[in-house]
Amino acid sequence: MFDALTDKLQGIFSGLKGRGKLTESDIDQAMRAIRLSLLEADVSLPVVKQLTSAIGARAKGAEVMESLTPDQQVVKIVSDELTALMGESNVALPLASKPPTIVLMAGLQGSGKTTCSAKLARYFVHQGRAPMLVACDVHRPAAAEQLAVLGGQVGVPVHREEGSTDAVGIATRGVEEARRTGRDLVIVDTAGRLTIDAEMMDELVRIKQAIDPTSVVLVVDAMTGQTAVEVAKAFGEAVDFDGVALTKLDGDARGGAALSVRAVSGKPILFVGTGEKLEALEPFHPDRMASRILGMGDVMSLIERAQENVTVDDAKRLEEKVRSGSLTLEDFLDQMQQVRKMGPMSQVLGMLPGFRNVAKAKDLQVDDGQLERVEAIIRSMTLQERRNPDVINGSRRRRIAAGSGTSVQEVNQLLSQFKQMRKLMKQMGSGRMPALGGLLGR
Amino acid sequence: MSAEGGDAADREAWAELFGLAPPEPEQGETPRRRGLFRRLRENLSAGPRQTISPQLAGIYAGKLVTQDTWDELEEALISADCGMDATLQLVEELRQEAAEGRITSGADVSGALWRAVAQHMAPEPARIRLEHQPTVILVVGVNGSGKTTTVGKLAYRLAQLGQSVVIGAADTFRAAAIDQLAVWAERSGAHFVRQGQGADPGAVAYDTVASAKARGADVALIDTAGRLQTQHNLMEELRKVAAVVRKVDESAPHEVLLVLDATTGQNGLSQARLFDQAADLSGVVLTKLDGTARGGIALAIRRELGIPVKLVGSGEKLEDLQPFDAQAFARAIFAPDG
Repeated sequence: MFDALTDKLQGIFSGLKGRGKLTESDIDQAMRAIRLSLLEADVSLPVVKQLTSAIGARAKGAEVMESLTPDQQVVKIVSDELTALMGESNVALPLASKPPTIVLMAGLQGSGKTTCSAKLARYFVHQGRAPMLVACDVHRPAAAEQLAVLGGQVGVPVHREEGSTDAVGIATRGVEEARRTGRDLVIVDTAGRLTIDAEMMDELVRIKQAIDPTSVVLVVDAMTGQTAVEVAKAFGEAVDFDGVALTKLDGDARGGAALSVRAVSGKPILFVGTGEKLEALEPFHPDRMASRILGMGDVMSLIERAQENVTVDDAKRLEEKVRSGSLTLEDFLDQMQQVRKMGPMSQVLGMLPGFRNVAKAKDLQVDDGQLERVEAIIRSMTLQERRNPDVINGSRRRRIAAGSGTSVQEVNQLLSQFKQMRKLMKQMGSGRMPALGGLLGR
Repeated sequence: MSAEGGDAADREAWAELFGLAPPEPEQGETPRRRGLFRRLRENLSAGPRQTISPQLAGIYAGKLVTQDTWDELEEALISADCGMDATLQLVEELRQEAAEGRITSGADVSGALWRAVAQHMAPEPARIRLEHQPTVILVVGVNGSGKTTTVGKLAYRLAQLGQSVVIGAADTFRAAAIDQLAVWAERSGAHFVRQGQGADPGAVAYDTVASAKARGADVALIDTAGRLQTQHNLMEELRKVAAVVRKVDESAPHEVLLVLDATTGQNGLSQARLFDQAADLSGVVLTKLDGTARGGIALAIRRELGIPVKLVGSGEKLEDLQPFDAQAFARAIFAPDG
């Protein structure tokens, strides 16, 4: 996320580093560079102007000019301003005091409303709620079918009416059904629409009037360019949305749309979509995003993902095994799968402070394939072999290599690393999987 | 569906794109030149906004050309998502013309601007040549850019011009993508090749081309799953789809079209670059061009990577997908009203 912007700003600030005091023209130069990188990050022009003038004014103040570490001061100012612009803290989706909470999803075509609706439903299931999905996209062929499939995947009922083209009616009846069946949250998915399509915008307004939602969520593609401002304005005028879900943030989009939409509408970003899987939806944290932009990593999100995917019991049991030195390859496989549930390795490691720089400097490619190979090797072992790797002789090794599509050398390597790791753990008597890193890099 | 599909002028433009003989006008029909320019204007007049940005309107109204003119022009181009490099280059070109005395007023800027944009976008008209039997067209892009709809509309247009079409549903990932495409296949009467959700996209692509070959079809259209260009494994999968197609016909795929949402900002460059590396793009389809989204990123892509726009889409209706006409595009986005 925001990779390129991070790189750019770091480039600018490393230029300032080690020069002691700044001159006014140094700061002007930095401001120009910040302006350019914000524009290239698709932050919209009016927002860029507002940001750079705020940053520039503060940077020319005494706190920077007279500082011995002006670069750090500028980083702090940029960070402050970005955070301030994106909203001070995480905002939760408001819930109705009297259930059901009704959430209306809106956005342009292809912004990711249907997927996002299903992700939201899954998110609320995990929060202990009982959501229902309503398929009101009567325009795109098979859109209702898509929502029905996704609803099935997350275990949430979907209200759909085959053959009906009455989006307002479907929405109304969907909410009625949710009430009748005691669901406490309704997510209404709608068709994508162009903001200039008056008829379609009117349909959205009528849906809103009919169901009187607790909140309207505007779904915005993180790759959106300068249009983000107009989109936010148009949807704001039509349905006065309450918050934004920013999708497709797992690519290399610099995501300036996040800043633009927030600045123009004043409405908070509630969620970000970070992958194709239905669990890839996270609450948005503006302060973390700002530190991410500045290359300071995002440890908080990493910890949260870990908590979401690893239960306390699992962790305790594992710790016990590690302490007693009785860890088996089976446990190891479990552990690895838990780490992988947190997302692709490149993404997980990218959240660690400084990782990006290290990866760049050493031209390090994080290879999820390597993990898959280790997994394949262990899966090609019998249960006995996993529990007691000592029985794995030459002929078993050949069989395992053939079964996993790897080589005997790779099997050997894994076994010897595992033995070393177990020895190390026994010596330490506690601690957690210090050698997992060793298995990743070769 | 007989009423859909536009008028004779529309079909003529499509015949030109594919290098086919223009169809006879239907009885009682008077050909009317509508095209993208007119349609975009129609879209825009229906909306609350002005056609061109206020910045441009201000520049065009100016009696003199000053430093402010160039600053405002720079902002207008950035606001259209042209990107910094393309913007600076265009402004520099126009400045040069002004220095040579060919631009002296705001009105001059207008003409010079859209002509320069048209020249950069496409010195030659867009073509999708149907020179093989079958011509294999692979449609790729990020999630939600409009691939499936584009494949559907393309199939309909080809069928309208008497071409026999086989559609392959190689988007086996997104739920119901196959059903969505099946609806389009039925509308155009194309033969439809499908497997279950989760099937190997390479296998579907192979079947599609093999089936098109066996039937002696003119065109094989392959829809692929949306993927972000940074997803290494999925890009490798795309590479494999292209390689598998090559097994049936060494010269295929003959066209690889990147479907690009016109609201896309500078990330579009990364999309074009990485999809080009994986699947060797032959053209861009610029979708959802509605006047708010100005699609300037296509200019940046053409300038940086040399990949031309071949089709533009401005809405949901069948006739909203049109062969790309650089002049009409540049005028619709940058020329003053009237």
